[in-house]
Amino acid sequence: MNALLNIVHQVKNSFGLSTNNTVRGGVHPAEHKQESTTLVIGSLPVPKRLVLPLRQHVGHLPKVLVTVGQHVLKGQLLAEAEGNISAAIHAPTSGVVVAIQDALIPHPSGLPDQCIVLESDGQDTWGERVASDWRHLDQSALLMALRNSGIVGLGGAAFPTQIKLRTNSKVQIKTLVVNAAECEPYITCDDMLMRERAADILKGVEIAQYLLGAEECLIGIEDNKPEAAEAMRQACANSPVKNLQVVVVPTQYPSGDARQLIRLLTGMEVPNDKRSTDVGVQCFNVATLLALHRYFDFGEPSLSRIVTMTGNVRKPRNYEVLFGTPVTDLIAAAGGALDQTDDYIMGGPMMGFSLPSVDVPITKAANCIIASSPQLFAPPPPAMPCIRCARCADVCPVSLQPQELYWFSKSSNLEKARDYKLFDCIECGCCTYACPSNIPLVQYYRFAKSEIIAQDRAKEAADLARERNEFRLMRIEREKQERAQKHAQKAVGAQTEAAKEAPAVSANPEADAAKKAAIAAAIERAKAQKAAAAPQNVEKVEPAVQAEIEKIDARRDAAKQAVQAQLFESDPQDNK
Amino acid sequence: MSRSPYLSSAPSVSVIMVKVMLALIPAIAAYVWVYGAGILITLALASTTALAAEALMLKLRNRPIKPFLMDGSALLTAWLLALSLPPLAPWWLVVVGTLFAIVIAKHLYGGLGYNPFNPAMVGYAVLLISFPVIMTHWPAPLELAQAQLSFAEQYQFIFGASLPSGVQVDAVSMATPLDYLKTQLTLHHQVQDITTASQFGTFGAKGGELVVWAYLLGGLYLLQQRLITWHLPTAFLGALALMAGAFYLVDANHFASPVFHLFTGASMLGAFFIITDPVSGPTTPKGKLIFAIGIAVLTYLIRVYGGYPDGVAFSVLLMNMCVPLIDAWTQPRVFGHSK
Repeated sequence: MNALLNIVHQVKNSFGLSTNNTVRGGVHPAEHKQESTTLVIGSLPVPKRLVLPLRQHVGHLPKVLVTVGQHVLKGQLLAEAEGNISAAIHAPTSGVVVAIQDALIPHPSGLPDQCIVLESDGQDTWGERVASDWRHLDQSALLMALRNSGIVGLGGAAFPTQIKLRTNSKVQIKTLVVNAAECEPYITCDDMLMRERAADILKGVEIAQYLLGAEECLIGIEDNKPEAAEAMRQACANSPVKNLQVVVVPTQYPSGDARQLIRLLTGMEVPNDKRSTDVGVQCFNVATLLALHRYFDFGEPSLSRIVTMTGNVRKPRNYEVLFGTPVTDLIAAAGGALDQTDDYIMGGPMMGFSLPSVDVPITKAANCIIASSPQLFAPPPPAMPCIRCARCADVCPVSLQPQELYWFSKSSNLEKARDYKLFDCIECGCCTYACPSNIPLVQYYRFAKSEIIAQDRAKEAADLARERNEFRLMRIEREKQERAQKHAQKAVGAQTEAAKEAPAVSANPEADAAKKAAIAAAIERAKAQKAAAAPQNVEKVEPAVQAEIEKIDARRDAAKQAVQAQLFESDPQDNK
Repeated sequence: MSRSPYLSSAPSVSVIMVKVMLALIPAIAAYVWVYGAGILITLALASTTALAAEALMLKLRNRPIKPFLMDGSALLTAWLLALSLPPLAPWWLVVVGTLFAIVIAKHLYGGLGYNPFNPAMVGYAVLLISFPVIMTHWPAPLELAQAQLSFAEQYQFIFGASLPSGVQVDAVSMATPLDYLKTQLTLHHQVQDITTASQFGTFGAKGGELVVWAYLLGGLYLLQQRLITWHLPTAFLGALALMAGAFYLVDANHFASPVFHLFTGASMLGAFFIITDPVSGPTTPKGKLIFAIGIAVLTYLIRVYGGYPDGVAFSVLLMNMCVPLIDAWTQPRVFGHSK
């Protein structure tokens, strides 16, 4: 603990971070946030059909608890968290489970995955909702309860929240950092949430602080959201919780990256191989905190989220959307897409991805849908060679040398790429944004990372196989030695035995004679058998050929007898 | 499916190159003012040669011609080489230097982005070693020349090596201050006496110092446009001034002042336009400082103790060789790492 604090202190001092409140590097693209903040958060009608992917979070798939045809109520558990890191899925509305099957999900791979398909009954009937008196429950009971809340990080990472609230016994959490930076252009869901529901967010802060035992809470908001910051300040003033502070940070992407924000707010740089909790800080997104409040104070599991629908649509706006709602419904609610819309991006323009289809559902990680057109996001011109201008290095928030990583990734010099800290890349896209040669740098890094991971796995498998083979060879060798040893022991034993039994053998000539007679009889029998099995078409062979055959047969018999004689001689038991 | 980021803000490579050429315009204007319009012929000749060589090499290498021809890099190399040559250099000298820069220094190493050495400086160094007499034959500034050549006469001189009847080469050319200083010092003259010669101006060379101011102006534009960072020019000029200053303080009779060193030769052109070539230079901030200081030290040593009047070109090439090592040694600390 002391050593760690010492390290943090040293890092802080050597770089004067305590006074530094800007992101290192970073970029500031046109924000495009006004478009979707003119209207209050809207709501959508309950869709007829909801598709709920089982994989909406980081971690293991949850275990399905319902069967096809089963009627479920709103908020009912459909799949429970299974394994250490996992999150539950609940019915966003009442209805009937009509299928549990593979369907397209919003994922960059464009591959289908297992989903529960729910047909709404139009009633939206709530199941049982139990608010918990969390102030009077102990932390472990609350964490157990959280396991099936279905709450995951709603900032986009979708990491199960209950894991993050489980405090590490070694380091006391001092600071709760509330991530309200929302640094990606276009996205305004957190902004609108803070403007409209700041007090509720702070109730979530209270719960998180209680669970973590954090003594202070810093709320980081970029300076392009003055209304949200003001709403949060107001709410802080009215909150019973002490040590709440709204910190306005300069608008500079990617200030909303948890480690960047933690550094901005606390001055501490989380070591690359540690978690923020190791330096006494935990970080949550505003929407996640609101979900905590809804869960504990009203017994409502995670069923919906705020989604920004913006870009090339008639009325860009934020909507509260039930998980499982098809993206088409959202587009329709926003007045439909304008002409020349050719793509839909989930997430922001810096880190988002193109949807495989507009029929995919809104999931827990879906903070924003952008209708894209060539005018909004022009396809990049053909890439030119890297001229090493190092603009990418200037904007890299983690101080990597993207031009070197590009060189190594391109030439598949993966060991070098790893040496140059490829795995510290957060894939924020600043380097590509700043590249005059239009090189898709992030794609190269993703490729190199996956290659390295695949190589490591292959190497691991190969190591295992080699180990097994070496063990097998060793075992065979050992068995051989053991056998040889056993034989040697047997031989020694037989010799002493034979020496002992020698008089007995000569004293038993009848038995010997009987044995020999039996052998002779067996040879006779074999001969008779062979004669019987002799080739049938030898009647008409010429005498010369017949003689030849007989000669060969005789030779074969002689050889056989010689072998038999040799066998008898080599058998030590019968030697004397 | 994932082509993020969908946004881009960077100026294209051609825009960068065009802006650098724009930054050279004041210097070219100053050249015309000081030495006459002959420099425009040299520039045109170098540009044409560079574009033709670039196109030919791209074709031979099976590369798309248009995007690479349009990137402006060949043109910029041609301009930088042309501005390094004596303003009335014969046409074949310009052509040979440009060809060497584009064909050998650039394309034989892989073209744009792959050349380990600064192409313009390779071209310059080859000419300096091969044709030392012509390369040190600078025309006198118009105000000092005993005979003034018209544009047509300069054209005649460049393409036909012929001067108007009655005009000797000596009448239109003279030793550069750096060259003159060097030879006079070997004759045991003192710096104060040497610098009273007509070719010396207030800061550096008479006339030539105007061009130097123009380079400085262009360099400030590059800084303002964030096309270069402060590291290279500051470290280079600073180190050169410090080095010259130290020697000057010890013995002002035998060593020229730091101001003289900053304002003569290729110091200012080098500081903002030559050593800032990103392809052949280092990329880390610390690396840039080391690189620039190295060039400054070598330049000073070559000027004072070497066999050539100026040393920027050789110093740049020598330091180009060290770039991979410098880059590897000066990797910045990555976020979250203690070192």
